[in-house]
Amino acid sequence: MKDVREALFVGTTTSGKPVRRPISPHLQIYKPQITSVLSIFHRITGCALAVGTLVLVWWLVAAATSDVAFATVSMVLHTWVGHLALFGWTVALWYHFCAGIRHLVWDAGYGYELSSVHTSGAAVLAATVVLTVLTWFIGIIVV
Amino acid sequence: MSKSPKQTIMRSTLSQVRGSGSAKSGTAHWWAERATSVALVPLTLWFILAIYRMAGLGAADIAHWVSHPVNATLLLALILVTFHHMALGLQVVIEDYIHNDRTRLGVVLLMKGVTALLAIAAIIAVLKLAVIG
Repeated sequence: MKDVREALFVGTTTSGKPVRRPISPHLQIYKPQITSVLSIFHRITGCALAVGTLVLVWWLVAAATSDVAFATVSMVLHTWVGHLALFGWTVALWYHFCAGIRHLVWDAGYGYELSSVHTSGAAVLAATVVLTVLTWFIGIIVV
Repeated sequence: MSKSPKQTIMRSTLSQVRGSGSAKSGTAHWWAERATSVALVPLTLWFILAIYRMAGLGAADIAHWVSHPVNATLLLALILVTFHHMALGLQVVIEDYIHNDRTRLGVVLLMKGVTALLAIAAIIAVLKLAVIG
C-alpha cells in the first residue's frame, strides 16, 4: 500500500475474500444508465472540443500568415476527412453546449428529481441531433 | 440547544477558517468554470453565425471581416474565454485520472503551457488580421 487512502478501498466479497473495492462510478462494473453515460459524454466531448481548438488556431494563424497557408487549410477542411472532422466537431459542440446548460440548471438548484434528470437527458440528446442537423442544413442549403 | 456529539476534527483551525478544502483553492476553480461556460453560450452562438459569414471566403475577406472592431472584440473574447474554460476542464480530467502526484503536476503544467501558447497564437493572428490585414 503506497497511499494511506487505499485503506478506505479494502473490502470483502460475500465469500470473505478480500478485494480492492471499486471507486464509483466504475465503468466495468456499473450498469450504464442515461445519467452516467451522458456524464461521460460531456467529458469526452469536452476533450474532443479541446482537440478541435487546434483546427481553429491553425485556421486563424494560416489566415494571418499567407494566402498559400490559408489555401492549404481550406483544402484540408474540404476533403471528406475534413468534413467528417467538422461534422464530429459540430456534434461535440452542440452536445457539450446543451449538456453544459443542463449542468448550469442543476447548479442553480433545479431539476434534481429522477424523472426531471431523465427528461432533461433525453432533451439534451434530442437538441443535439436537431441543432447538428439544423447547423449543417443551413450550412449546405442556405450559405 | 441540544448537545452535539463529541467530534474529533483533524483539520487545523486555520484550515477551517480558510475553507479551501482539499482542492487548496476553495471554489475558485468551480466558479471560474461556470462563469466561463455562461459567457460561452452567447459567444458560441455568435461564432456559429460568424462561420456561416466566412464560409468560402479567402484570407483577405476574412481579414476585412476581422478588422471590424466588434468582430475583433467578440473573436478575442471567444478565444480568451474558450481557452480559459478548456484549461479548467482539462485540469479536472487530468486530476481525476493521473494518481501519481509528480506526473499529475507535470501533465497539468504541460497542458496549461500548451493551452496558453494556443491562446496566444490565436490572439496574435486575430490582432494581425485586424490591424495589418
